[in-house]
Amino acid sequence: MSEPRTLDGNAIGGLLLELFGVELTAAPCICAGCGAREEVARLDVYVDCPGVVVRCRHCHDVMITIVRGPERARVDLSGTRGLEL
Amino acid sequence: MRTLELDVDGWGGHRAGQHLDVRLTSEDGYQAERSYSIASAPGERLAITVEVLENGEVSPYLVEDVHDGDMFEVRGPIGGYFVWEVGEPEPVLLVGGGSGVVPLAAMARERARVGGTAPMKLLYSSRTWEDAIYRDELATLGLDVVYTLTREQPPGWTGYARRIDDELLREVAFPASDRPRVYVCGSTRFVDAAADGLVRLGYDPMWIRTERFGATG
Repeated sequence: MSEPRTLDGNAIGGLLLELFGVELTAAPCICAGCGAREEVARLDVYVDCPGVVVRCRHCHDVMITIVRGPERARVDLSGTRGLEL
Repeated sequence: MRTLELDVDGWGGHRAGQHLDVRLTSEDGYQAERSYSIASAPGERLAITVEVLENGEVSPYLVEDVHDGDMFEVRGPIGGYFVWEVGEPEPVLLVGGGSGVVPLAAMARERARVGGTAPMKLLYSSRTWEDAIYRDELATLGLDVVYTLTREQPPGWTGYARRIDDELLREVAFPASDRPRVYVCGSTRFVDAAADGLVRLGYDPMWIRTERFGATG
């Protein structure tokens, strides 16, 4: 049986640093679905998809998706109510 | 397994527990990027320990091919969550599976280097004794190290010989009344088993910081 490929927000710390220019793994992030507030490092991250999918560890709703293209990256934050910096 | 010392232009130092990303670019522009935990303590020469993974794109190069003086792209330091500061007074429980011990060793080195006084204990799950990295050094750092060897044990082994379970955690971990800080690093399955078990022992989930890694090589 293969290992489940769920990682956590630590795994995209470098990507977020590159896109936003700041360290974000310790930033609390609020799920738009259930309202849970967790640091980015504590969210479930799937990297085996086209792009990156970040899900709430409580209700499993999609909170963030990131798709990188050759010129720019598209970040969808519609599942995130807030991010504290 | 190989430990590489890196000289990075403009590197501003790091915190114990952080990682960095290595990006390799081939002649045709194809890029592969992987994260590696920083093995060295803050203040020591920057080092990463890399485990070679079959069919990997980056780790075989780093372990088998790279020579003194070679250059590659590095991004970091990364992470503000899975970090430990030596001034924190609470007891520290480190739980590592396989190469998940690397960032935990940076914490142990940091504590030894600056003479930290917080009690520190490492529970290290390895497949075999030979697979357990940093064994000799860990024995000199002044922390309590408990091994469990899950696949094969040397003759006369009297330590733990199974995957981490609740009974093992109860015997090894600080009591919940000590309100320890916990750092767990390893595969997703390992991290979830250890963290869930500690919560069943009465640990507050907020004491437990986890880092899962995937074997992408």
